Amino acid sequence: MIALLMRDLRLAVRAGGGFGLGLAFFLIVVVLVPFGVGPNSDLLAKIAPGILWVAALLAALLSLDRIFALDYEDGSLALLATSPLPMEGAALAKAVAHWLTTGLPLTLAAPALGALLNLPGPAYSFLLISLLIGTPALSVIGTFGAALTIGIRRGGLLLSLLVLPLYVPTLIFGAEVVRRGAEGLATATPLIMLAGITAGAIALLPFAAAVALRINLR
Amino acid sequence: MSIWEYANPKKFMTTTAPILPWVFAVAIASTVVGLVWGFFFTPEAENFGSTVKIIYLHVPSALMAINAWLMMLVASLIWLIRRHHVSALAAKAAAPVGIAMTLIALITGAIWGQPTWGTWWVWDPRLTSFLILFLFYLGYAALWASIEDPDTAADLTSVLCMVGSVFALLSRYAVNFWNQGLHQGASLSMDKAENVSNVYYIPLLISMGGFVLLFLALVILRTRTEIRQRRIGALQARARRS
Repeated sequence: MIALLMRDLRLAVRAGGGFGLGLAFFLIVVVLVPFGVGPNSDLLAKIAPGILWVAALLAALLSLDRIFALDYEDGSLALLATSPLPMEGAALAKAVAHWLTTGLPLTLAAPALGALLNLPGPAYSFLLISLLIGTPALSVIGTFGAALTIGIRRGGLLLSLLVLPLYVPTLIFGAEVVRRGAEGLATATPLIMLAGITAGAIALLPFAAAVALRINLR
Repeated sequence: MSIWEYANPKKFMTTTAPILPWVFAVAIASTVVGLVWGFFFTPEAENFGSTVKIIYLHVPSALMAINAWLMMLVASLIWLIRRHHVSALAAKAAAPVGIAMTLIALITGAIWGQPTWGTWWVWDPRLTSFLILFLFYLGYAALWASIEDPDTAADLTSVLCMVGSVFALLSRYAVNFWNQGLHQGASLSMDKAENVSNVYYIPLLISMGGFVLLFLALVILRTRTEIRQRRIGALQARARRS
């Protein structure tokens, strides 16, 4: 499992792996928003939590189809299926690799982009915490979606149609944490709910993803 | 004699063939009676005027929008556990009907909301969760449409339906987080002494019954069509081989 994780990380970081693409996308979406709504800093400060979360979610979505597609095409996924590592473990390793290459960099870059959107001072720590807790859920849910659609050529659009509704609860609670943090309200409840969703997704969705992979490899 | 006998496509076809016209007839009759009674022979409600009459479309379609998804979930589980093809095809057949019901509920809700709340749409928890349900239906139907192998498609959509149900339920309670919203609570329930007054209640009940039967009739019809399509596919494959 560790070996698979390290292999995926190396593949992502080296040329053609698309590492950093998600980050650049995140940056561009956030930069585009002020062009769209105008440079009014009060307005930007108000919508910044939601914009940052939506942009992070879209950036995570962007790299989902890479999780299994290449391995499926060149047959290494079939090799994985015959290896002693259970499919559930492989799915979890893939999700962790996806999080380390997109979720974590997004989380670390978010405060800098928050400054661009004039995010209120107390909200920075909550932004960091909520993304740190919430992005693993995005990766695991996305891994499930990617596992469902590997057999479909040009499945990228379908993948987003399937995965985006699944992202709704995570987005609601994640953005709520930051919004409440920005206004100085209590953030414990949405934070706990967010952590609950992440924990539940990590515990259950690798099994669903493994089922989908086995069906697709039949 | 058990319910699983109807999992045999042949048995299903021969049993539903004589029943289907009757289900359709009763469904259409009670929908028409419920709607006509509701639209033309009920008094106008205080504070609402005649806008209240859209309830006879809004409530039954909303009821069926949710129950269609539940039916798909049960059918998907039966397919995953017992591998009955009719069950998978029934789930596939229910999806477009569910989409139509959700759309009717959303649109009639918007038309009703405009005069009473003064807005077509608000991000109220109930409205939002229906919109999310609509998205789930779209994803489900799109996945069915994009996979060629029927068994793989049935398997994958069943898994999606199960995971989707959990997340749809999560979203339903997550949106409660914002506020209570404009939409009123449930006006009809079994355990409450006071429901909507009888003048409105009886035609509404008839209309709801009509929608349930209409859903049933459409799903049976579509399932029969799917079974026939499967047979055509099998015959064509056999013809190609020989």
